Amino acid sequence: MVLEMNNIKKSFGSLNVLKDISFSVDKGEAVSIIGPSGSGKSTLLRCATFLETIDNGVIRYMDNDIVLPGADGKADYSNKARIRQAKNCFGLVFQQFNLFPHYSVLKNVMDAPLVVQKRNKDEVYEEAMKVLDKMGLKDKADAYPYQLSGGQQQRVAIARALAMNPEILFFDEPTSALDPELTGEVLRVIKQLVDEDWTMVIVTHEMPFAKAVSEKVVFMDRGYIVEQGTPEQVFDDPKMERTKQFISGYQNQNY
Amino acid sequence: MTFGTMLTTMGEGMLRTILIFVLTLVGSLPLGMVIALLRQSKNGIVSGIIKIYISIMRGTPLMLQLLVWYFGPYYLFGAQIRNWRFPAIILGFVLNYAAYFAEIYRSGIESMPVGQYEAAQVLGYTKSQTFFRIILPQVIKRILPSVTNEVITLVKDTSLAFTLAYQEVFSLAKQISASQTSFTPFVIAGVFYFVANYAVAYGMERIEKAFSYYR
Ligand SMILES: Nc1ncnc2c1ncn2[C@@H]1O[C@H](COP(=O)(O)OP(=O)(O)O)[C@@H](O)[C@H]1O
Ligand SMILES: [Mg+2]
Repeated sequence: MVLEMNNIKKSFGSLNVLKDISFSVDKGEAVSIIGPSGSGKSTLLRCATFLETIDNGVIRYMDNDIVLPGADGKADYSNKARIRQAKNCFGLVFQQFNLFPHYSVLKNVMDAPLVVQKRNKDEVYEEAMKVLDKMGLKDKADAYPYQLSGGQQQRVAIARALAMNPEILFFDEPTSALDPELTGEVLRVIKQLVDEDWTMVIVTHEMPFAKAVSEKVVFMDRGYIVEQGTPEQVFDDPKMERTKQFISGYQNQNY
Repeated sequence: MTFGTMLTTMGEGMLRTILIFVLTLVGSLPLGMVIALLRQSKNGIVSGIIKIYISIMRGTPLMLQLLVWYFGPYYLFGAQIRNWRFPAIILGFVLNYAAYFAEIYRSGIESMPVGQYEAAQVLGYTKSQTFFRIILPQVIKRILPSVTNEVITLVKDTSLAFTLAYQEVFSLAKQISASQTSFTPFVIAGVFYFVANYAVAYGMERIEKAFSYYR
């Protein structure tokens, strides 16, 4: 197991956002998370990447316990060193890219491997150029983010995450901030990563994409995982009424 | 007094004015950053003291603050410090300008989108790496126009040192004008301040240009 999250609970004040979430991701697996807006998808990714702390539950990366229930039943986080180690396992691609505007494309990709992972400069450079090439951005290495289109910026953000050699990549609605004509180029590179057997979790509203590329689909609603299974199970033969409604709603809306 | 002598005498005043200007910036620009960070401290006592300090510095005239620093040690503690005039001036200027710079830094830091912190955190940057590599360079670019305004105000504010009878350009202009019944010293002082401000504006514009490689 690359990632295991068990019985996760998370609230903001009196608002219970994640009510009892359990799911896991195997090596090489591509998981899509779908569900209506406000159902807690982003919060789940933010908890998995330690941008938010969970109230209760278990988080394991690469079979290492990072969060366990404490004596009082509340979530108990490991020490800093172990969390740092776990952080090295994942990358996150944000809806709003969050590139560093004062760094060139190449520096955006190289800085964390050099500064955080303290790797050798020549090696990092070589790898960064390889990743940028894969993202179709080799000729943009010296550009600054403001000079790029949204689709190009998001591909730089993906390159930045890949350059850390993560075990698992999280995407939070990677195409939602893009003009419709630019979503295709970003979905294509994500598809390419799926084909290369990267382990990933993709929150998305692009239903045909989720159906086509993922091995597992998770449907979330109001803080619960309502249903999960293969794309065929969830999209073509949903068991739960709520899933049926959501999926047919999308079909009526889009086609 | 010939024009030449007048100019030489005032030239020394110009050097003193420039000295106040440079020392104030060297002290208050970094001190302002320390104050801005302390103001965000989670310790309520620390941030409370800093807030009071900032509001006193901004809410009372600099001229009054200079008098307090100069005469305070004697009237409050009976302390007579030798050669206290110049240190008192620098202390007054630095503490006053640091408060203004702190507020400028704070507004710059608060204007940074939270996504920059989150991206850095997920990539594994430590808090101080995040601040010095990601946040601070962008904050500096954002606040340069406000800093320019403050620095130009400082050029003119240096004349307040005349309150403590320090022989900078403005004091000398007044003295020489009175003793020689001449208007010329004021013209010289005016030209000096104007040229100094022009130089500052030019310098700041160059710095802003250096930061214009990104948006
Ligand atoms: N930092 C926060 N403070 C308070 N409420 C939040 C916060 N983040 C998210 N929420 C709330 O949690 C719920 C789930 O949000 P989110 O995880 O963003 O849903 P989704 O990504 O599925 O649209 C929403 O009602 C949202 O308003
Ligand atoms: Mg969301």
